[in-house]
Amino acid sequence: MLRFLVRRFLGAIVILFLLSIVTFLLFFGMPRDPGLLMCGKTCNPTSLANIHHVLGLDKPITTQYWIFLKNLVMGSNGFAQGPCPAPCFGYSYHTNDQVWATLIDRLPTTISLTLGGAFFFLLIGLGTGLLAAWKRGTLIDKTATAGAMVLSSMQIYFLGPLALALLVYQTHLFDKPAYNNFTANPVSWFSGLIIPWVVLSTIFAAQYTRMARSAMIEQLQEEHVRTAKAKGMSRRYVFFRYAWRGSLIPIVTIFGIDLGALLGGAIITEYTFSLPGLGNLAVQAVFFSDLPLLLGVMIFSATMILLFNIIVDACYAFIDPRVRLA
Amino acid sequence: MTTLTKEAGAPSPADAGAFLSVRDLHVSFKTEDGIVRAVDGLSFDVQRGKTLGIVGESGSGKSVTNLTILGLHNPMFTTVEGEILLDGQELTTARESDLEKLRGNKVAMIFQDPLTALSPYYTVGRQIAEPYMKHMGASKKVAWARAVEMLGKVGIPNPKERAKDYPHQFSGGMRQRAMIAMALVCDPDLLIADEPTTALDVTVQAQILDLLKDLQQEFGSGIVFITHDLGVIADMADDIMVMYAGNAVERGTTNEVLRSPQHPYTWGLLNSMPRLDSDLGAPLAPIPGAPPSLLNPPSGCRFHPRCTFQDRVGGTRCVTERPLLAPDRASACHLTADQKRSIFIEEIKPRLG
Repeated sequence: MLRFLVRRFLGAIVILFLLSIVTFLLFFGMPRDPGLLMCGKTCNPTSLANIHHVLGLDKPITTQYWIFLKNLVMGSNGFAQGPCPAPCFGYSYHTNDQVWATLIDRLPTTISLTLGGAFFFLLIGLGTGLLAAWKRGTLIDKTATAGAMVLSSMQIYFLGPLALALLVYQTHLFDKPAYNNFTANPVSWFSGLIIPWVVLSTIFAAQYTRMARSAMIEQLQEEHVRTAKAKGMSRRYVFFRYAWRGSLIPIVTIFGIDLGALLGGAIITEYTFSLPGLGNLAVQAVFFSDLPLLLGVMIFSATMILLFNIIVDACYAFIDPRVRLA
Repeated sequence: MTTLTKEAGAPSPADAGAFLSVRDLHVSFKTEDGIVRAVDGLSFDVQRGKTLGIVGESGSGKSVTNLTILGLHNPMFTTVEGEILLDGQELTTARESDLEKLRGNKVAMIFQDPLTALSPYYTVGRQIAEPYMKHMGASKKVAWARAVEMLGKVGIPNPKERAKDYPHQFSGGMRQRAMIAMALVCDPDLLIADEPTTALDVTVQAQILDLLKDLQQEFGSGIVFITHDLGVIADMADDIMVMYAGNAVERGTTNEVLRSPQHPYTWGLLNSMPRLDSDLGAPLAPIPGAPPSLLNPPSGCRFHPRCTFQDRVGGTRCVTERPLLAPDRASACHLTADQKRSIFIEEIKPRLG
């Protein structure tokens, strides 16, 4: 297990390394000059060159990349804005804030959104999927399947504003979405996030319903499940001990990917509800051609996805004893 | 001995000695293409301590019959008619909860492929212990001890340690032994073995058959042994029922059916068995054609499209009239008893060598 984890972590570092190169190259392939954005109205060639020099954009791209890597690992005191301890992504071109500090600052929002949303969509999605599989072929099953089909073809940017209009602005049933610090006031933390959670989980839950249902139905037709029935185990026992255990693998796989992706920033959800999370930060970074911020968000998101991939692989070993030895 | 039944289609009170009696069983599945009549009017009996061998090609309804006995068919798509009496209890109309109490307890099943039939997620010991806990109300500890004992009984060395292993850590033969241990853990009166040796290699196959026979002696269970291997059946069964396209076409004691078979289909089965002492260049003699689709079975005798003896019957009887299976030693064929005897002795037997 330890060897497996070490190997996977090394692999993940290689992927992150390649990803940072690609991002670097893509950034310089863009037809925009970030210096120009900072230069403002009184821009002249001298001040532009000065900005390029301050940002280090006048150096060759390989040198810039090397500096970026060095700063990331060792930190740097070379920034005009102040010291930048490792992991140093530098300072944002746009806000002049330290990128790593900004990421850490935005992280609680994204974590709150992700974990709350995941709680709801797992509960609702898997619950409905299991119920549909248990009641296969009945009206309940058909309703759940049809409902899941409709909801999974919905989009957050449609459901989100709709929920806002109906539940917040017209009826005032819920608070306006906002992120409030959990430690400061758990109640307002909850009431500020409930609408984003519900909207986010609606769409994900539909996918999990379909997945759980089909995985269970497939498992229930497995021969070993039939054996369990043939030795007199009750329907409930067979369903939850035998079929459910086998269904966990595809569900955990998708859940790991989803969780990693959401922790890297639920861009559309955060943008729709104006929540100051990593997703919003990503949009901002792209919008202002903010290379340090963009690299920071990209690498952070990719790290999350890779991390959860490794966690999923480790989970397989707990779920399926056949994986343990290999 | 296993009592052979009355005429197909004529329900009769269960014979006093029969532990399992199936009367005029019809099983059909609803599919997208129409209704598949997988079993169509089947009757047979099995007694405690005896073995009934059911032989037939794939799709002849052997496995369906036995899944139906335990109620393991999917009720959503399946219609079951007829009677299944187990120790006097009617099973086709029994409640699911009553069937649960029978399964693994009075009646147990062994499946063909022990790799897919055992759950990969739980230890072998746990899977054997589960039905014992359920049916005997035993504690975890007692049931585990029983599982270890059973593993020892079916010849697994070092059962105490091996019980903690998962099925994938067992070899094919050991898995089937574990499967047998699981089936016998509650001392069932009837054991249904659905091609238990088909997935195993020949040396292991012989071991498993010996094991089953020994255990039958010890536990006194009746066995329904499903196979398409006549060699295996000769070794195992007291009686044989040959099935074709959802019907029984011939039955009798093992000696009767194998020494003086009466049905053209049985002849075909015997004929298609490769022999070690035949000429190396001699081609195998398969039964011509393929088993019929049960969506739309042939009229009259279901074997007639593949039967080479149709013209001996004369007229169109084979195509129009379905031959019935008489009681006891019998075959469902329009050939007369004399014809059957003489055709077998003069034309079939010489080829069997």
